[in-house]
Amino acid sequence: MVDHLFRRQAGRMVAVLTRSLGAAHLDLAEEVVQEALVQALRRWPFMGVPDNPAGWLYRVARNLALDRLRRDARFRERLAEIRRHLPEADEPGGEPALAGEMTHDQLRLIFLCCHPEIPRDGRVALTLKAVCGFGVREIARAFLVRETTVAQRLVRAQRRIRERGLPLEVPGPEEITGRLDSVLEVLYLVFNEGYAAHAGDDLVREGLCRDALAWCEHLAAAPSTRGPAVHALAALLCFQASRLPARVDAGGNLVLLEDQDRRLWDRPLIARGFRHLERASAGETLDAYHVQAAIAAHHAGAPAHGDTDWPAILALYDRLLEMNPSPVVALNRAVALAQVEGPAAGLEALEAAAGHPALAGYALLPATRGELHRRLGEHAAAAACYREALGRPCSEPERRFLMRRLDAALSARP
Amino acid sequence: MPTYLALLYDSPTDFADLSPQEMQAIIEKYRAWSNRMYDKGIMVAGQKLKDGEGRVLRAAKGKLRVLDGPFSETKEVVGGYFALKADSYDQVVKILADCPHLEYGGTVEVREFDSN
Repeated sequence: MVDHLFRRQAGRMVAVLTRSLGAAHLDLAEEVVQEALVQALRRWPFMGVPDNPAGWLYRVARNLALDRLRRDARFRERLAEIRRHLPEADEPGGEPALAGEMTHDQLRLIFLCCHPEIPRDGRVALTLKAVCGFGVREIARAFLVRETTVAQRLVRAQRRIRERGLPLEVPGPEEITGRLDSVLEVLYLVFNEGYAAHAGDDLVREGLCRDALAWCEHLAAAPSTRGPAVHALAALLCFQASRLPARVDAGGNLVLLEDQDRRLWDRPLIARGFRHLERASAGETLDAYHVQAAIAAHHAGAPAHGDTDWPAILALYDRLLEMNPSPVVALNRAVALAQVEGPAAGLEALEAAAGHPALAGYALLPATRGELHRRLGEHAAAAACYREALGRPCSEPERRFLMRRLDAALSARP
Repeated sequence: MPTYLALLYDSPTDFADLSPQEMQAIIEKYRAWSNRMYDKGIMVAGQKLKDGEGRVLRAAKGKLRVLDGPFSETKEVVGGYFALKADSYDQVVKILADCPHLEYGGTVEVREFDSN
């Protein structure tokens, strides 16, 4: 079976069924799809995997849906109509669910799940569940929240869809911009969650990145949704994703940007990033995705770490900080500043951002401070910072990285 | 060589919380396991039993009584069976010990076919 087949096929089936059942019955579509997958799980070990697994799953889900509708009074009057509209078989070709493919039904579904009237954390959870086919436990692990929290967010999001009668449709030209912003924000969050690697297993994280990128590129190609902001985000995600193969070594250890083997970067993906970036500059608008994509492009385009154009990157961070004065941006700007003016200047800029409560549990703040002290040869101060960073939530590879740096700082002390 | 009947009990409700990705992983494991069993000539047959319905027949005082099954008191039901060739119970137990079914909370009951 193709990797991620169940997950992707689940998303496709939920989208097809929801179109026929109506947005208010998204939960029913999800239940039926889950049941179809469980049937496969219980039957395939005995009968073997069918020749067309996706088609098998769809057939079973469709029959289960019709069974449920027959028993449910709410659907009695619409049953014949729904049956007519539920496609007999999965889309022609049968074998679906490859990265990058998105049916029009899924496009509609993603606009429903990212509707601005749904609370933000609910949008992310619902998109991951209904559109991407992730389970509650996987979502909880990726976002470091409890399963019950995710379940609550999902229930509230579904209720909001029903109560407000939110539509299952791709918005028309008059409202597409605002609605698209919300979709892009969710894709950005999903990608970052996969990229930042707080916790969870590799497969899930890689899946988050790949789905977010694939769908962003789909939006960038579709006539109803394409535009400069979508291309800018697609460019950013291409550049970031191109480094995935180089960020972790064979032992599962974190490799910093400056130490990465740039031959491992995904060149075709970088080329795609530059094509998106070109199209992103077509319009009048310039938003935060443009600036972030431009920063990522500087890294992607530098043949070696020493060739990086830090002054240009610093100027872009200045710009980004104006648009989005967040402490995380300030932290990244301080890193760029340290490259241009030296570690002491970087430390000074860092202190200005450090007091922000949003960074209170952020391991990267003390880790960065430690790195700048290290470059100044202040090993005792560096060691204290690494210790502080280790006390904050971080992934296993990050923790091992900080331990190595801490050991080095301790043994370097005179 | 004796043939053994392995009855696989499971609790369908336990699977309801699994994610699609987790379910696919389990199926892949099963596939690898049963391919190995067929390749080695150990697996003779395997079949899934249909869920949700069954009948239990009894004749009391010459009168047939038919009850609906399966047997709702127990949470676990027989999901299907494998027929396996092995030299002894020791060997068939070894063969079944790495059956993915056990890894996911199921129970396996093994009996030898009486060939005498």
